[in-house]
Amino acid sequence: MSLAGALDMRAGEGADLVLRGATVLDPLAGIEGAHDVVIRAGRIAELAAPGSASGDGAEPVEAEGLHAFPAFFDPHVHLRTPGQEYKEDIETGTRAAAAGGYCGIIAMANTEPPVSTAADIEALRERARLVASVPVGFLATVTRGMEGEGLTEMAALIEAGAVGFSDDGLPIRSAGILRRALQYQRLCGGVIALHEEDPELSGDGVMHEGPVSAALGLAGVPSVSESTTIARDAALAGYEGGRIHVQHLSAAESVDAVRVARAAGAQITCEATPHHLCLTDEAVRSLDPLRFKMNPPLRSETDRRALIEGLRDGTIDCIATDHAPHATEEKEVPFEQAAMGVTGLETAFAAVHTDLVLPGVLDLGLVVERMAGGAEPFGLERPTLAPGSEANVVLCDLGAEWTVGEDGYESRSLNSWCAGRTLTGRVLMTVAGGQVAYRLRSFSLGVAA
Amino acid sequence: MRHLLTIEQLSRAEIEAILDRAESFAEVGRRDIKKVPILRGRTVVSLFYEASTRTSSSFELAAKRLSADLVSVRAAGSSVDKGESLKDTVATLSAYDPAAIVIRHPHAGAAQLVAEWAEAAVVNAGDGKHEHPSQALLDVFTLRRRLDSLEGKQIWIVGDVLHSRVARSNLSAFRAMGAEVTVCGPPTLIPRGIEALGCKVAHSLERLGEADVVYVLRLQRERMKESFVPSIREYAVHFQIDSRRLGPRQLLMHPGPVNRGVELSGEAIDSPQSLIAEQVASGLVVRMAILYELLAASGERPAPAAGDGAARPIPIGQPA
Repeated sequence: MSLAGALDMRAGEGADLVLRGATVLDPLAGIEGAHDVVIRAGRIAELAAPGSASGDGAEPVEAEGLHAFPAFFDPHVHLRTPGQEYKEDIETGTRAAAAGGYCGIIAMANTEPPVSTAADIEALRERARLVASVPVGFLATVTRGMEGEGLTEMAALIEAGAVGFSDDGLPIRSAGILRRALQYQRLCGGVIALHEEDPELSGDGVMHEGPVSAALGLAGVPSVSESTTIARDAALAGYEGGRIHVQHLSAAESVDAVRVARAAGAQITCEATPHHLCLTDEAVRSLDPLRFKMNPPLRSETDRRALIEGLRDGTIDCIATDHAPHATEEKEVPFEQAAMGVTGLETAFAAVHTDLVLPGVLDLGLVVERMAGGAEPFGLERPTLAPGSEANVVLCDLGAEWTVGEDGYESRSLNSWCAGRTLTGRVLMTVAGGQVAYRLRSFSLGVAA
Repeated sequence: MRHLLTIEQLSRAEIEAILDRAESFAEVGRRDIKKVPILRGRTVVSLFYEASTRTSSSFELAAKRLSADLVSVRAAGSSVDKGESLKDTVATLSAYDPAAIVIRHPHAGAAQLVAEWAEAAVVNAGDGKHEHPSQALLDVFTLRRRLDSLEGKQIWIVGDVLHSRVARSNLSAFRAMGAEVTVCGPPTLIPRGIEALGCKVAHSLERLGEADVVYVLRLQRERMKESFVPSIREYAVHFQIDSRRLGPRQLLMHPGPVNRGVELSGEAIDSPQSLIAEQVASGLVVRMAILYELLAASGERPAPAAGDGAARPIPIGQPA
């Protein structure tokens, strides 16, 4: 089923566009080269030779020198609804997603109260059908009220339209509870997404444990807090034949743990965030919590390199932002007191392009593939530019430089880990679920003759 | 020097300038009238979010000896108790147009934030477990008086390094002055990766004899509850500095307050090698020197904005 069919978004007109002469890249579909991308009634109608497509009523977009990719999919977003709309809501969060080139996102359930009942899911879906700029899926919590004890009514939640389960924000402390959830998954389906850390090992840590935490006098979260929990949960998933998705890998040991589990046959997918791929704990020396405090924490250069390697060899399936908006007053406090999390939807592609593609660390095609790789782990259709598919397209100017935050954000919150940075590569337009979801204000359309 | 936030940011020359200035204030301290008019008409705010005896009293007396007007704010019983944020408290106090804000806070980086928000010069009087630069400066001052130079001296910092801002500042300061530093304590209380700061690590006092100076840290009794040490008794057996372990030519220091019978034995505290009382005396003159260096030494403070008679707006720190 298409993303618009499987997830929820605002009703609207299907896009009618011709992206003239765009440089098209969709490695998995084997598409590469200059094409006129013809989009009719929200579907990819044709990839025509440059200059050959007839306008025929569709809005022409002069796209020569611009890149068209399958739009991105983010399986890890905090929309903060219900209960924390002062940080973000479905409307602002999906606007931010559209501005970042996303055609679909999955919202986490650690709201206030947590999303634990079928009624919660139904209310969120109804709201998304009114205000979401891009298709949104909602997770429900694994445990009731995210309290780590009893299971939610997982079957009723799936029937109500939850795309899976997660207690993200917190690990599932009890191996016994997770085992029961994995058993029950055989009845109801739905991937279980896991925030992996051992609260006993993390203690009151606020950053990666290592030389930088030693120098700053900040309590550290050791890498093994994450990797030991992944090893435990992967073993449980293997034993029960369950399907798990490991969220925001941060440590080299964790990449190894996933590799070992997969080799042993466990059904396990995983993600890494742009900030863990681009930054290390050295950034924390600034003691700036607005940009550099999150959980899991930024780790060492060795860890960062292991994540990049994991992305390259396919151990890590996708790039996910863990977009975690917080109000300014929750961040304008000393590092230890600040809320954990950074926003990432609007900058994910540009940051990875600037820090990893331009210096030659990662291939553009691989990044494009992994930016859209978050749909399949949740049983959703991967965005593609293959003719006949639902139009999920992002149009980028890879040479455009822009300063993050200069023109404000679509997100309600300002805690971007890229705040103030100049990035190269900018999303000009996003078609999501067949609809035009975003156009950069200064990007004029319809200028082609 | 605009602020004193960390020792890490200071060069050896800057440290020596402060110590030399402190020597001249030590001379003033021997006069009958100990007050000098250097900061007359200027305001120093002392903002303490944590209990403190020696740091707060010596900074406050230092400000008074320099003839500054002093505003002393304690978190307990103030608007902080009513939930006011650090930023709003700083904005409120900035309305008095202070020349300096001396801040002690339970969290790392608090002084740096205040420096971003306020126009005043900011002195970090201890931020979480991060740094306590004035303590390090007074310790170097005390040692320099005794040893002339720290060049090539072996200094052991013994105890709960993990939870100690004094350990971090002193490690930087001792190294800046040419000393070699070993940190020593049970592995549970030595932070992973501390070697990167340029020190050696020991987990027993076996080689304590190498030390010219033994700098002992306070062990808080609560550490036992969190299993950092199995018992105070076992800690004392392995790490207490007593007259048997302390050699006759080794100097003994401690930032206070001392847990008698835990990290130090009573007779070690009272031994002739102990510099603990001198450290306290140094605190006053070194803190006078710090205020002087920040407020008077560099001449004029930055000119206020034109036509600005009332409180100035507080600039918000921009991300770098």
